[in-house]
Amino acid sequence: MVPVPAQAIPLSPDNRITPVKARDGVDLMINGEHFRHTGDPQMPLLWYLRDVLRLTGTKYGDNHGENGSDLVLLDGKAVSAITVPVAKVAGRKITTVEGLTANDGSLHPLQQAFIAEDAIGCGYCTPGWLMASMDLLNRKPQPSDADIDQLPNLCRCGCQTRVRRAIKRAVAAKVSQP
Amino acid sequence: MSRHRMNDSIRLSRRRFLQVLAGGAGVLMVGIRVADAADAPLPPALLGDTFHDLGAYVRIDRDGNVLIGARDPDTGTGVATALPRIIAEELDADWNRVSVIALGLGVADNHGKPRWTYGRQVGGTGSSIPAAWSDLRQVGALARWLLLQAAARRLGVPADRLGSESGTVIAPDGRRFTFGSLVDDASKISLPKTAPPLKDPARFSLIGSPAGDVDAHDIVTGQAAFAIDHQADTALVAVLAHCPWPDGKLKRIDTTDTLAVKGVVNVMQLTPEPDQPWGSTVIAPAVAVLAEDTWSALQGRRKLKLEWTPGASVGESSAAMEKQASALLAGDAPPTTRVRNDGDIEAAGKKAARRLSASYVQPWLAHATAEPMNCLVRLDKDRARLVVPTQAPQKAWAVVQRLTGLGPAQIEIRVPRVGGGYGRRLDHDFVAEAVILAKAVDKPVRLLWTREQDFTHDYYRSGCVHQLSVIINRKRQVIGWNQRMASASALAHRGVPDNLLWTSELEADQLPAGLIPNFRSDWYGQQSAIPRGPARGMPFLSNAFAVESFVDEIAHLLREDPLHTRLRLLGKPRQLPLSAGGTMDIGRLLNVLNLVAERIEWKNWLRSVNGLGIACWYVNGAYVAHAVEAAMQGNKLLILRVVCAVDVGRVINPLGLEDQVAGATLDALSTALNLAITFKNGQIQQHSYKDYPLASMAQLPAAVEVITVPGNRDPTGASFLAMPTAAPALANAVFRASAVRVRRLPLMKELLRLL
Repeated sequence: MVPVPAQAIPLSPDNRITPVKARDGVDLMINGEHFRHTGDPQMPLLWYLRDVLRLTGTKYGDNHGENGSDLVLLDGKAVSAITVPVAKVAGRKITTVEGLTANDGSLHPLQQAFIAEDAIGCGYCTPGWLMASMDLLNRKPQPSDADIDQLPNLCRCGCQTRVRRAIKRAVAAKVSQP
Repeated sequence: MSRHRMNDSIRLSRRRFLQVLAGGAGVLMVGIRVADAADAPLPPALLGDTFHDLGAYVRIDRDGNVLIGARDPDTGTGVATALPRIIAEELDADWNRVSVIALGLGVADNHGKPRWTYGRQVGGTGSSIPAAWSDLRQVGALARWLLLQAAARRLGVPADRLGSESGTVIAPDGRRFTFGSLVDDASKISLPKTAPPLKDPARFSLIGSPAGDVDAHDIVTGQAAFAIDHQADTALVAVLAHCPWPDGKLKRIDTTDTLAVKGVVNVMQLTPEPDQPWGSTVIAPAVAVLAEDTWSALQGRRKLKLEWTPGASVGESSAAMEKQASALLAGDAPPTTRVRNDGDIEAAGKKAARRLSASYVQPWLAHATAEPMNCLVRLDKDRARLVVPTQAPQKAWAVVQRLTGLGPAQIEIRVPRVGGGYGRRLDHDFVAEAVILAKAVDKPVRLLWTREQDFTHDYYRSGCVHQLSVIINRKRQVIGWNQRMASASALAHRGVPDNLLWTSELEADQLPAGLIPNFRSDWYGQQSAIPRGPARGMPFLSNAFAVESFVDEIAHLLREDPLHTRLRLLGKPRQLPLSAGGTMDIGRLLNVLNLVAERIEWKNWLRSVNGLGIACWYVNGAYVAHAVEAAMQGNKLLILRVVCAVDVGRVINPLGLEDQVAGATLDALSTALNLAITFKNGQIQQHSYKDYPLASMAQLPAAVEVITVPGNRDPTGASFLAMPTAAPALANAVFRASAVRVRRLPLMKELLRLL
């Protein structure tokens, strides 16, 4: 941030008026529900989801979001939940893996495709793969193999070939049922 | 009040008993129990019928719902699906009516000693399926027998005239009775004198047919709770700062800023118990920050001011270890252990027409489990309750028992689905940490390791150097094989006698032992304070890379097709006796080798513009071969095709097996391409995935073609079967594609250096 010289700020009485806060906390919209976080606004979204809301589908993988286990959708785009403070996502639409399932319990075609292809190793990183795949399909409804190659997730169980098949299956299902 | 009857058991073998459990009315439960001593009486032990205390069992209710317990931790190996399928098969259950639960630890108090009520409970070591095959089938068979008896009495016909299928008993006249309608009667029937006969495999309908992961729905909906997802309302979150040196000491600590963080409750010190083996105590001195939530704990940890005094390990580096290994192998000092010495290698040298030697260097490796180490523990005066991501709950129990002094049955350990094991969770340092903290703060504790700790405080696989030499006679036959390996044993500091330390590093019978008349295998042990422990695919992984690369080098020396060289070495199909008993079936090994060769069109080996590579290995009764097609695009390595053939005997779940084989192949490729742990001044240099880069989707092949050999021999495990041969097949393909022989892993770094 560029420091502003002190004399540049006019000290008129108008500037000393502090706006009255309507209410404390950060308003959040997660999986279509409204929440207000009144704790530390710098708390990463991941810990808010896991510790406060106990939405534990989003997993801790590492502190820098390198392995993709903590991906959520922020206005439809995948972001690492540990790298985003709660304050930064106020008012934006957040979707976690729990939010992929419809209210009536029916599964998203991508979830169905992951089951059909058994695209699961130990299953710990699977929610992250799902969110990355959602993000991909939001951007590219007909992704190429090279597009799928760009998924950022890491997995030691070696589910990558099955995830690739699952994404293709979900795309095919969408094409056959417009 | 439900009516109970005495429990009843049938003796199956010296140590195993089938047992019918007295359950609530309308429920039939059959479990299995392992006796403590061969001559123990058959106590009608009551295992109870609460949801959590059920045995490795099948439970059928009046509605026909079948609940089956999975006893071994599922770390992604598929045992929570495969083991219940074995029971369901013998029961003739309708798989759509079956639910599976993870059993957790089964322990009872046997005069102050633990009695493992579910038998052995270990996951991810390749032994779950063979063990289940020997006992869990009988659980299903007994339950089915009881249901048939109940139907026979109701109908007044002999039970042997009744059939069963898909959750129903079928009468001679075709009438069907659901299992649910028979459970009340069945639970009153006395057990047979001998165990009921098992099903004729020709009638199998579940075993051998594909089944998806039983937890799949819960996983894709985010509902599957791993240990890390478990909470206890009053639990404090504990995060640790470990000393960079396992043998270091805390020199100075200032907790002022940490304790000022809102939510931080306490700061405590942890110290390894010097008399305890690796894996049973704290891995390194540590400072724990306990807070009301994870974020506060992490902030508190960031504000700790710590100074550590290094231990003797400060003088260690992985580079120096490698240098020492090479010097040992080049020198004249006798080996730590002469593992094998067939024929007379010195005399064979007199008939040498050609000789070849090569050394292979492989790095230290970490486990990098997806779910980091964590543990939830709640201690009460007469009870410990834990949720532990473990591969070996009985070993976790031993740590808890030692630290709490509680009685065997006062310790309850739940093991939900586990986020990867690879051998890391056969050790329970993190359980010791959590229990010590919970004792000290008198509150439940939820311990969480961060990823950096996971990389810097692991029980690593030691780096190793292999030096291989062969003697070839004038008939182009390999008549002498001299192999020397140097490494730091994974069994050191674990109460294993010195003369057995080699057993974690190599096998006496590993190929090509038994195929070459003059064969010597020497192991040189190295010392290190850097912790080591079991690692996936060990010891096959490192040995197969060295040996199967070297066989390719022999082929190159002889200007021979490397498949042909292998076929020549293996010789005719026959049973090769193993020193530990049993035999290796050379015919089955030849078969998997030929299958991958055929699939990858090996006949193009010589003229293909892409490089083709091949390798095979024998792993605990199973057979595996890989063939890889690779090409270089400038400095980029393209893995175009990967084929893997496996022969595991009878296949329980073909889909699960394919998943394991493809998954282990990718893991092995990722490891060989990119991964190495290094240390300098006794400190691990890899702190994040950036430093330990598991292969990305783009770096891995788009598909793994898996060929499964059908078979009817007793099944073997497959969780790491496909690990050993992927890397040598890749390195051999890279040699054909680039003319560069990679003798040092990780492969990409070395390839780029040599290109």
